[in-house]
Amino acid sequence: MFVVRDCAVIAIATARQANTVSELLDGIAASPPESLYYHFWTGLLQMRFGEREYNNDFAGWVAHQLHERRLAERLAVIDPTGFPDLEVLRGTLMDTIQSEIDVDARLLWLRATTPFDFIRSQIVTFDSGRRARTPEELAALLPELSVESLFYHFIDARRREPLGGDDFSLWLNNFDHAVRPLIDALAAIDYYFGSLEELRTTLARTFSRHLPGLESL
Amino acid sequence: MTLLERYAEVAGRDVVEHLRQLAGLLKGARVVHVNATATGGGVAEILAPLIPLSRELGLDARWEVLDGTPEFFACTKLMHNAIQGKRAAPDEQALRAYEEVNAGNAARLTGVLNDAEFVFVHDPQPAALIRHFSKRSGHWIWRCHIDASHPDSRVWRYLQTHVAGYDASVFSLPAFVRALPHRSYVIPPAIDPLGDKNRDLPDEQVRSICERNGLDMNRPRIVQISRFDWFKDPLGVIAAYRIAKPFLPELQLLLAGGGASDDPEGVEVLRAVREEAGDDPDIHVADLPPGDNVTVNALQRGADIVVQKSLREGFGLTVAEGFWKGRPVIGGDTGGIRLQVVDHHTGFLVASAEGAALRIRYLLHDDARRQRMGEKAREFARRSFLLTRQLREYLTLMVALQRGAEERIGAD
Repeated sequence: MFVVRDCAVIAIATARQANTVSELLDGIAASPPESLYYHFWTGLLQMRFGEREYNNDFAGWVAHQLHERRLAERLAVIDPTGFPDLEVLRGTLMDTIQSEIDVDARLLWLRATTPFDFIRSQIVTFDSGRRARTPEELAALLPELSVESLFYHFIDARRREPLGGDDFSLWLNNFDHAVRPLIDALAAIDYYFGSLEELRTTLARTFSRHLPGLESL
Repeated sequence: MTLLERYAEVAGRDVVEHLRQLAGLLKGARVVHVNATATGGGVAEILAPLIPLSRELGLDARWEVLDGTPEFFACTKLMHNAIQGKRAAPDEQALRAYEEVNAGNAARLTGVLNDAEFVFVHDPQPAALIRHFSKRSGHWIWRCHIDASHPDSRVWRYLQTHVAGYDASVFSLPAFVRALPHRSYVIPPAIDPLGDKNRDLPDEQVRSICERNGLDMNRPRIVQISRFDWFKDPLGVIAAYRIAKPFLPELQLLLAGGGASDDPEGVEVLRAVREEAGDDPDIHVADLPPGDNVTVNALQRGADIVVQKSLREGFGLTVAEGFWKGRPVIGGDTGGIRLQVVDHHTGFLVASAEGAALRIRYLLHDDARRQRMGEKAREFARRSFLLTRQLREYLTLMVALQRGAEERIGAD
């Protein structure tokens, strides 16, 4: 049985700000892990405009407030799903910034027009009351799921689950080989460049395409 | 139709369903909001619909208003200004009046507040209530609606002796937060989509109110609605209008606001605005009476572009109001407006009268583009700035306080 959960995220201020690259580095070193989580993941829950250029708040701030494209690009390419835990992610972030400072000391003299506010988050999760017994039932539920549910099951799960997959794929593994192509198709979805509403449509289409008997969406 | 159904119609069924599920985790919780005034001001404007909405969701919510004296309100006005950065501090006598009023209200509200599971205390006025509830069992939350980033240090030190005792605080933006010995949540303010200031109005009513305020509905119209305050830069808006006017000879400007009647500085600003407008028949200045929300609503709906060219701003509620009416907003590149106005999507941020003039020309040059931006702005407001979003965050905060300090809370 797939139990659909929902979630609500709330932001907590840390009262820590960065106006320069060094302060950003210090802030990343000192912030709790849930602050890294907030700045990498929860932006996906907010409404976006146009194409998402930078995949995390650190890269966005460096690009838009310090106007340092090279460092922004190097920070943006860091994929948080590829890290076993947030401490390793923290180390990579710090190494990336430090290595740029080492080759371009000018970075230390830059001052942002707007400071970076370090935020951390709390996430409350709860049972939505929805259930699916089969992949087809899950497919039927998808168009009605809240964006927060999708965030929880398809994105947040990658941090929760030891194997790093999404909840839908992990659950589909309980079924026979016929759903293997669906699992592979889910793994190929790059959710970082669209909105959660677009992700909902993509997921519904993917399920529909790979499950015989479902009407084309 | 129930209140929740009415909110579902404007905010979305999914949004209301999410609220129901979260509220289900707090079923029957006794929640009390305390503030200083029953009418007038942004806090009362939000609490008025928040309470019935919370009740319909199954919470036992109520709203208590302080009984104050003229000395008390004089003191809290000084405090309010000092927290927002003005160098001023109440004297000992004023602070005594502040504490006496809080003590008196604590005695009056003993039963209600002792019995509450969650007490939201809004702004500095009732902050000292907590002193009188040393054996409280509920969670007490101090909700600061003002920009406390650069307070007068004497006033903040005094206020901190009260607010440090709360279980949590809530600020509107990360930049407004002061370090306190408890969790400080960040919850932006919101607008009520069903209130007089934001509900749908018949086209005829919009037209008649705009015309009554001097606007010709067949010609382009830009509107800034704000208190008459130097920080709102009304003279900068007139300068922008004058730069744009040779390119758009039909252009009209309306500057409307309140607050001039009981604020000496407001009187001075209003006089300066009228003087600057001179005898230009296409500049209209309206000093609105307090609470004339339907007129504000109609003037924003009647505008082609809403302007909020502030030089300093906390969270721009008028920006959110403009968005909700489907209007792109030209906003000053400052404070919370930076988080609301997204260039080329919901409007434009500007740093000068010249910048504002350029964006006025740009937006009035292409009706279809302006309309697309307005639609996007409305959706942004629906997702981010409605009362339902604020209530969702209050509910999440309550669940979080009830269930512990962990980063992840499984609430089943």
